[in-house]
Amino acid sequence: MPRPFHLEGAEQLSVTPSESVRRGAERELEMLESLLALGGLVLLRDSVEWEGRSLLKALIKKSAAWLVYHDLFRDPLNWSKTGEALPEGPLGALRAMCRRTNPGPVTIALDSLSWLLLHLPCTTLCQTLHALSHQDSCPGNSTPVEPVHVLGLLHEELHGPGPVGALSSLAQAEVTLSGAMGQASAHILYRRPRQRPTHQTQWFSILPDFSLDLRRGPPLELQRHPDPHTPPVDPTTQLTFNLHLSKEEKEAKDSLTLPFQFSSEKQQALLRPGPSQATSRIFYEPDAYDDLDQEDPDDDLDV
Amino acid sequence: LTKGKLTLLCDAKTDGSFLVHHFLSFYLKANCKVCFVALIQSFSHYNIVGQKLGVSLTTARERGQLVFLEGLKSSVDVFFRSQEEPHPLQFLREANTGNLQPLFEFVREALKPGDNAEAAWRCPVLLVDDLSVLLSLGVGAVAVLDFIHYCRATVCCELKGNIVTLVHDSGDAEDEENDVLLNGLSHQSHLILRAEGLATGFCRDVHGQLRILWRRPSQLTAQRDRSLTYQYKIQDKSVSFFAKGMSPAVL
Repeated sequence: MPRPFHLEGAEQLSVTPSESVRRGAERELEMLESLLALGGLVLLRDSVEWEGRSLLKALIKKSAAWLVYHDLFRDPLNWSKTGEALPEGPLGALRAMCRRTNPGPVTIALDSLSWLLLHLPCTTLCQTLHALSHQDSCPGNSTPVEPVHVLGLLHEELHGPGPVGALSSLAQAEVTLSGAMGQASAHILYRRPRQRPTHQTQWFSILPDFSLDLRRGPPLELQRHPDPHTPPVDPTTQLTFNLHLSKEEKEAKDSLTLPFQFSSEKQQALLRPGPSQATSRIFYEPDAYDDLDQEDPDDDLDV
Repeated sequence: LTKGKLTLLCDAKTDGSFLVHHFLSFYLKANCKVCFVALIQSFSHYNIVGQKLGVSLTTARERGQLVFLEGLKSSVDVFFRSQEEPHPLQFLREANTGNLQPLFEFVREALKPGDNAEAAWRCPVLLVDDLSVLLSLGVGAVAVLDFIHYCRATVCCELKGNIVTLVHDSGDAEDEENDVLLNGLSHQSHLILRAEGLATGFCRDVHGQLRILWRRPSQLTAQRDRSLTYQYKIQDKSVSFFAKGMSPAVL
């Protein structure tokens, strides 16, 4: 029995038959269009600092015409044993969705994939997700079936690279949430079939009614305007030593050639050793204890 | 007094138990019904500190406002009971620690609204000190997360109460189970209070730093307000907070 749309305290499963996504003329809506138009799995990766549940709700709101809410939050592990909980738990519910009869477009939102990953083996979850998102290849149906959109929320820090990598390879699009300076951003990676993967970064914020407000970029840092009342202070005044150069000193400084600078004069001097340059000589005066053996000590080496 | 919220207390390189004492005395003074799962210290310890903060746990327990599970004492009872009688700390007895369902049943029983004049209490509150010790006792991180999940469903959503729980952050020590527990709880929380030791080490006048992070903003205020940092000094009967670098000792 469908219950009224209840967003608080969510760890819920929702099935939403969606109307076809409205094609907006604005370039800004491209992100949403692309995300919701793709069949298959869209992975929302969030972290403790940048949470993704609000974006998930915003995407649900955008795509939903009619919402069916599966409450698996209250008793997912069947602890209450009242018979209200689904017998096979969340996995059973997911598998039941694989066998749908309604041919219309469907969006399935999963909050969260992390819960499923912690309680189910990764392989089972991946197989179920694959079966969910590829229902258009049902052999029994004669009428063509519209693609299924699956939106899954994944908390990145809870899992190792293996399961996260497996889920991301299943996904048609990955949205990684981060941000800067208090503004959230979504980095979207699209993996369209037979095309190169494309990236897009979109800054956004979620309004209180869960509609998306797309922004151009992070809020500009407040520029430090210099205070117009205080004149800039010259630090070289009022010093006890002299930092300035007189005219003659400046000229002398500019005309000085540095000893290791290779100028054309030096090049000439080196190429033509003039008579003033004597070959270098070593003056050596032996001590009383010196052993002046002229033989080469390495003579006996057979190298 | 906000309702239906999960507050996560976390400490790293310092002792965050002063936050537990604060919340205990805060909710008792606010006339809430409190279920305190105290696994770390004895009842008298919390009572002594509570008296400094202005509440008497003994009185609260006697008049039914406080339900106190003293882990240290009752853990011994588990082994002297017959196995048919469920005990909240049943997991201590099992070889493969299954789940914390008996503990959840204890909490639910303690906080369910009574028929008589108990309705005078304000919202129910669950306080746990602390969850990291359950990992040391052999419970898996997923089992602890499930326990808090069920507590949230019952205490926060059904009974419109609050949950406050403490978890230690192992920091550099590579404790994967604890990291899963801490991150999993962080994702479930509305408010995270993180007490950290100072990066430069121990100081006499500034005991540490408190970071406050609001998740799931219900009013969706400007994102800038989401996180704050204060430094603090613990005194005998209170804790004083000040902005970073503004300790009276250094000004």
